[in-house]
Amino acid sequence: MSHWIIAPVALPALVAALMVIGLRGQLSLQRIASLATILALNAVAVALLWSATLHGSEAYFLGDWPAPFGIVLVLDRLSALMVALLALLALISTLYAIGSSWDAKGAHFHPLLMFLLMGIGGAFLTGDAFNLFVFFEVLLIASYGLMIHGGGAARTRAGIQYVAFNLVGSSLFLFALALLYGVTGTLNMADLAQKLPTLPEGDTALLRVAAVMLILVFAIKGALVPLQFWLPGTYANSPGVVAAMFAVMTKIGAYATLRAGTLIFPESLPATGPLLQDLIQPAALVTLLVGAVGVLGANTLPRLAAFAGIASMGTAFLAISAFTPQTTAAALYYILHSTLATAALFLVADLVTRHRAHLRLTETAPAIAQSGLISALYMAAAVAIAGMPPLSGFIGKLLILDAFRDQAPLVWSVVLVSSFLMILGLARAGSLVFWKASALDPDPDEPVREPLAFAATFAALTLLAALTVLAGPITGWLTDTANSLADPAAYIAANKLGAGQ
Amino acid sequence: MELLVAIAIGTLTAVGIYMTLRLRTFPVILGLTFLSYAVNLFLFVSGRLTLNAAPIIGTPEPYADPLPQALVLTAIVISFGMTAVIMIMAIGGYLSAGHDRIDLDAAEDGDAK
Repeated sequence: MSHWIIAPVALPALVAALMVIGLRGQLSLQRIASLATILALNAVAVALLWSATLHGSEAYFLGDWPAPFGIVLVLDRLSALMVALLALLALISTLYAIGSSWDAKGAHFHPLLMFLLMGIGGAFLTGDAFNLFVFFEVLLIASYGLMIHGGGAARTRAGIQYVAFNLVGSSLFLFALALLYGVTGTLNMADLAQKLPTLPEGDTALLRVAAVMLILVFAIKGALVPLQFWLPGTYANSPGVVAAMFAVMTKIGAYATLRAGTLIFPESLPATGPLLQDLIQPAALVTLLVGAVGVLGANTLPRLAAFAGIASMGTAFLAISAFTPQTTAAALYYILHSTLATAALFLVADLVTRHRAHLRLTETAPAIAQSGLISALYMAAAVAIAGMPPLSGFIGKLLILDAFRDQAPLVWSVVLVSSFLMILGLARAGSLVFWKASALDPDPDEPVREPLAFAATFAALTLLAALTVLAGPITGWLTDTANSLADPAAYIAANKLGAGQ
Repeated sequence: MELLVAIAIGTLTAVGIYMTLRLRTFPVILGLTFLSYAVNLFLFVSGRLTLNAAPIIGTPEPYADPLPQALVLTAIVISFGMTAVIMIMAIGGYLSAGHDRIDLDAAEDGDAK
């Protein structure tokens, strides 16, 4: 049994505690510890990916309690993939935070980041529904701290909204879990998958309520319309680097929906049937349009990036909602792409807003230092997020369009029209920031020396280019992943249910 | 007893939702607290209501389900911590902005730099 499965949870938790106790106020040591931990996490993530590819699903029994009595972490191809994505994004964000000195603008940036990694990693790995709730809370409480990092009235008050919204979401999650437990008597996901089909007829109404409540919670996390209202204010007011890190937080909603829809409430379950699909697909289409219109109407760059993030979640949820292997593979590719692309856009937006005289796009401001390089980075990030060739967004959207051939009139028109709106919005913002500025005298300030910040942004874009070049092998691997999700027998078997009786 | 508990959970939830929709931070926090009380009670009841029963499987019937009790403990601790966090943030927001309205003005929305 491999103990490495617990590493993405245990390692950041230990380092965070040690940082708070031993490295309080020593920023450079904290930076080193943080970077070392994240590099180690990357190595662990690669090993886990390797193990999941070779050996399939594997469960880790905490305290060696047999499932379903104890809590299990389950490593399968999907969770290994998401942990790897998390580790990569953490590396980029940390490099940027160090390079731009965001982490020096308040205390405890690095410990909070470690706790965030612990929560997200745990949420991806856990095989227990209540444990998923606990990890959600861990990542949320860390994200509250990160979101108001740096302080300021607007940021704090946007933070209160974010916390209040998520506390309501947490209550909803607990109601759903209590219903599930009341009906089935278990919260282990594999055990749920086994018990739900044998449920008596009279409990199906309760089960459907629980399923819809769970999906509502995941929709809050994934910013699906009509539960997206918290996202623009939160992300636009967060520090840019934190917003980039949050790009993977919305994906937790997508991951959890995918897990619930393939494992716990598959379409073959008579009690729910195509319920999830019927709910998610229209919401995803509206989300996509809301995001695209938001990009067109955004008045600041961070807000534009936030709406672009909403649009990408709409696309991801659209692909997830069909729950077939082909659409799931397309969804996974798009999730990989959109996490990195959204993060890159937030980082570029932060490079601009920290040095521009006005935050608002409509007010003309002098050209910022190094505006040539930054505008090139913006161009690349915009191409990626809008889904234009040559970057991976194009391939991702193409895969999704191809997977929805049978619903072409509706799905294709919404995806294509929203992409067009996004291109318009991104072009408008770019010309306002970078072209209108050249009419004024350039800013007399010295050019900013932040090589690490630029390197981090460049790394995100390089990963997108790699995703494009290696699209063939990656989609092949993702198709195998989607097939294993469609047939969860191996996942259930890994839990060794009944071994403890 | 079922009816009483159900009415209690329903009332707590209704109060919580009403208070959460208020305009100022303090009633909203109170509403969130009511919601968490309601959900804690609901979680507890998900193991069925039993009187005078030991929480151990294997003792003579009836027994009380121990798992929801553990779940409730976890949920109580988490909601307690979360309430503390949002309380501190609300005080910080009030001190820095001079008022405790929960909505953002169009002018200050998106202006954090």
